[in-house]
Amino acid sequence: MYAFEYLRAGSLDEACARLGEGSARALAGGQTLLGAMKLRMSQSDRLVDLGGIAELRGIEDRTSSLVIGAMTRHAEVAASSRVRERIPALAALAAGIGDVQVRNMGTIGGSVANNDPAACYPSALLALDATVHTSRRSLQAEAFFTGFYGTALKEGELIRSVEFPVPRRAAYVKFRQPASRFALVGVFVAQTAGGARVAVTGGGAGVFRATALESSLDQAFTADSLRGLRFPPDDLASDLHASAEYRAHLIPVLASRAVEQALAD
Amino acid sequence: MPSISLSINGQAVTAEVDARTLLVQLLREHIGLTGTHQGCDTAQCGACTVHLDGRAIKSCSILAAQAQGCSVLTIEGLSDADGPLHPVQQAFSEQHGLQCGFCTPGMIMTTIDLLSRIPSPDEGEIREALEGNLCRCTGYQNIIKAVQQAAGMLEPAAGRGA
Repeated sequence: MYAFEYLRAGSLDEACARLGEGSARALAGGQTLLGAMKLRMSQSDRLVDLGGIAELRGIEDRTSSLVIGAMTRHAEVAASSRVRERIPALAALAAGIGDVQVRNMGTIGGSVANNDPAACYPSALLALDATVHTSRRSLQAEAFFTGFYGTALKEGELIRSVEFPVPRRAAYVKFRQPASRFALVGVFVAQTAGGARVAVTGGGAGVFRATALESSLDQAFTADSLRGLRFPPDDLASDLHASAEYRAHLIPVLASRAVEQALAD
Repeated sequence: MPSISLSINGQAVTAEVDARTLLVQLLREHIGLTGTHQGCDTAQCGACTVHLDGRAIKSCSILAAQAQGCSVLTIEGLSDADGPLHPVQQAFSEQHGLQCGFCTPGMIMTTIDLLSRIPSPDEGEIREALEGNLCRCTGYQNIIKAVQQAAGMLEPAAGRGA
């Protein structure tokens, strides 16, 4: 790791102020950032640790949504009785990130701000039409994620919480890349008040909605309505783990499994 | 240079460390607790697993400064040097749950985290919980048996409210 200055922020306001100066980065759980810094793939003059900011932690149960603080750990989301009861698909997704030790440190805010193209959480935000509340504004998931590791966050702007509307039913199925435990392809399917939503992670340059699958599910929310659908491989990634054609094949397969699971829950 | 205060195995510790110092480096190089092993240094092998406020984490993947005000438990904190072994250590010994022993401290710390959440895990739950701990001797079968035995040893104690 290159040298940096470490600061532990006591409040969100303090963290935002300290982040606005120089090449500073926010440190949430550190499960991605520290690994990247060790490999010297990431370099900052300053790390602002958010670990001591109590207001960023916790899960709030609202009438038609759940609000999860940015510094809430994956393990806390996975074990939360409120999340398991109201959006079981989200608890299951959190329980499948990384391994036990990573889930005990990694945070939802860190994952969402990093927007790794194979991370699990971004698919849940997009499929559930979540709102990202930041230190300055509120953004719909669709406007928040802007492609390959990209987000709409500005310098000195931090995620405060993520608000998930409670869907009628939902499920997440991922085809795991066994070494990294990230999604080779992951599909989050939700039946919401506004219709069916299908979000895909791991497919390409960033999380996206599979609108053709959504149209089929709006006609009938059944696994059968997705069978035989072909997804175009044109914009999908090819790498040593899978070809674009293979990823394209996985998308309707995993989506139909997710629908089956959503209907069974 | 951040000054950090934390509890390590029940002892209050204050240290001045370079900001880059990892928790595993604080434990091994500053405090001299070399029972926590640094294996891959990339958050994959789990040999460096310790408990931070009661939950298993990989000490190569957090800064020492992030543990400010926290309670850290390492393998050395499980039993006295001359006293009886912790039941999980005892079970690993009896079931030959180790070969070279390098991964063992991490395996044991993760096992204790598992059994605190799920006192009687089935085999699938054990394998899932130990997913972040690699044994390059590939001695997994006996590790699973050791965890099963440890669950049996700890559970009657839990039933007595211990």
